[in-house]
Amino acid sequence: MTGDIAIAAVGLGKRYELAGTPGADSLRDALAATFSRATVKRAASAVASFARGDYPDGVNTLWSLRDVTFDVARGETFGIIGRNGAGKSTLLKILSRITQPTTGRVRIVGRVGSLLEVGTGFHPDLTGRENIFLNGAILGMRRTEIARKFDEIVAFAEVDRFLDTQVKHYSSGMYLRLAFAVAAHLEPDILLVDEVLAVGDLEFQRKCLGKMSSVAGEGRTVLFVSHNLAAVRAICRSAMVLDAGRIVRQGAVDDCLAYYVAQAFEEDASRWVRPVAAERPAICIERIESRLTGRQPAMTLHLDVVLATNAPHRPALVTVDIHDAAGVPLFEAMPHLDGFIPDDASRHLVRLTISLPPLVPGHYFIKMWLGIQHTETIDVVDRAIRFEIHDSPRPGRTHAHRPDHGFLVAPSVATCEAIP
Amino acid sequence: MAVSTPGDSADNPLGGSRPVTLIEPPRRWVPLDLRELWDQRELVFFLAWRDIKVRYKQTALGASWAILQPVFGAVIFTVFFGRLGGIPSDGVPYGLWSFTGLVPWTFFAQGLTQSANSLVQSQNLLRKVYFPRLAIPVGTVLSTVLDLVLSFVVLLAFMLYHGVVPTARAIWVLPLAVLAFTSALGVGLWFAALSVRYRDVRYVVPFLVQFWLFATPIAYPSSLLAPRWQTLYAINPMTGVVEGFRWALLGANTSPAAMIAVSTLTALLVLIGGAFYFRSAERTFADLV
Repeated sequence: MTGDIAIAAVGLGKRYELAGTPGADSLRDALAATFSRATVKRAASAVASFARGDYPDGVNTLWSLRDVTFDVARGETFGIIGRNGAGKSTLLKILSRITQPTTGRVRIVGRVGSLLEVGTGFHPDLTGRENIFLNGAILGMRRTEIARKFDEIVAFAEVDRFLDTQVKHYSSGMYLRLAFAVAAHLEPDILLVDEVLAVGDLEFQRKCLGKMSSVAGEGRTVLFVSHNLAAVRAICRSAMVLDAGRIVRQGAVDDCLAYYVAQAFEEDASRWVRPVAAERPAICIERIESRLTGRQPAMTLHLDVVLATNAPHRPALVTVDIHDAAGVPLFEAMPHLDGFIPDDASRHLVRLTISLPPLVPGHYFIKMWLGIQHTETIDVVDRAIRFEIHDSPRPGRTHAHRPDHGFLVAPSVATCEAIP
Repeated sequence: MAVSTPGDSADNPLGGSRPVTLIEPPRRWVPLDLRELWDQRELVFFLAWRDIKVRYKQTALGASWAILQPVFGAVIFTVFFGRLGGIPSDGVPYGLWSFTGLVPWTFFAQGLTQSANSLVQSQNLLRKVYFPRLAIPVGTVLSTVLDLVLSFVVLLAFMLYHGVVPTARAIWVLPLAVLAFTSALGVGLWFAALSVRYRDVRYVVPFLVQFWLFATPIAYPSSLLAPRWQTLYAINPMTGVVEGFRWALLGANTSPAAMIAVSTLTALLVLIGGAFYFRSAERTFADLV
């Protein structure tokens, strides 16, 4: 029955025209890029798609979404899973009408609220109170509606003492709480959420998850994109997996997650190259190569990162979080506390060396964060690099480790003596 | 192309109806959809209010800048054109006469420049949230109205100082201000939409504004031109505004009715064309900006 369908998408596709090779800001770079591996690969894939009888594209086009057809029932909580560059963000942008599809159509029944980013439209020079109204209006709320929910928003964000302080003086945690609070009190029939839960402290994440679950419980439809598979499992009932712009799996959330995790382990994920269609902020991560050296329990993870500077920026820094296969963060590495990457060249190579703690055998994912002064996120590459530990950190151990005992094995000694 | 059709609504058991939105590939012809903009008028005002709040933050002189710009302009014009150049000023003291032209001109120049840059400055909004894109440039021009009001108060004081008392004619200033608004927004829409693809706009607009200043009868009266050229000259919409301001406020012995009519016509054409161009360019904003 069409009355119960909140979102019906048929044959959605989005093609991007690539004007030039991004990141080529000088003639020399442009020439170098012409002969780069990425260009050759792109040419090869274009030839291949032509041979398959697909849409006859030039080398300079890229389909970031292809033949995507799905229905979401009203009241459903629907997860969208996929690697960086799989087309998740493009899909959300089309559904929230920020960009238009190249092919296909979508019929949406109900008011749509989209949270593609927390704090969109916040102005640092305005106070918390002023930003609540501004941000609320940008997200589509009426002034009376904001005024009615004002106290609730402030209580949720826990910023009542700082309401009349400019938000540029807020800590990053306060800023995020306030921004999420405004968005969370939008009461759309359909809520589109992209990765906002990846921010903030654990307490706050829990609060956000709770809020989203209660939104879902009120009979609203939620579309949720996240790399945090545990969060997807907690919130969503059904899901789909996107890969290279196409739906590769659709159905119950557990089935999709299992498929995604299995798929992720099949391919080589020791290196990552930024998709050509991805946004390029002032400084961005272009390429990551990883390798492991050493032997348990003293293994070292090496990450060689190429960063591209596209616009002037303040000194940037990178941090790395290590996640388990389900997306649960295990530990972080922060080699510099302050910005150490200047904007004096169009490209920088950053070499990170991370001494791994004694990890149990298994697959681990890295999430790389690039930003300024711990608070300003510029670029994040999540779950793109995976490494596998084969040996136990405990020499000589042959029986398997189980995740319910944890991920680390602490070096330990024990003695035994008879008590007389 | 996305259309909301409240007529085609699904029944909502909770009462009220759910809007149905269709999202399809862009069509060639894009309607203005002014109703959607009207529905979001609160957003337009919030954006204008934000611009006003933020504009003079961390400046030592604050909102005085709104007044100082036309005042300095008038001082320079008085010295170079009034004194040295000996340019006539419709029988009114040159300083007052040129300031009367500079008040609406500064409003126009600010509105045009700021709306032309408004989309690029709001790239983050364009990429992350949907709302009628016209709200951004409209809100920006709206925010410069406050500057106009402030400098207009100074103009009134300046008039009284020179013993010029406004008559009932002064009421014409209101529709003339609307004409200046229309012109600034019309030209601003063209450049705002162009600026998303061509960042050159940022460099072109200041040059254009400078040229436009001298193509408008601010430093000199349009009566310097032969009468048969004067009406043609009013194709520049600011000609009608400036001549109209002087006629309405200073009782200048001119009859700018024909000029104002021509100016209104061009301003409307530029605005309508700009709005349609903006709407058709709008669909690629998020991909290009």
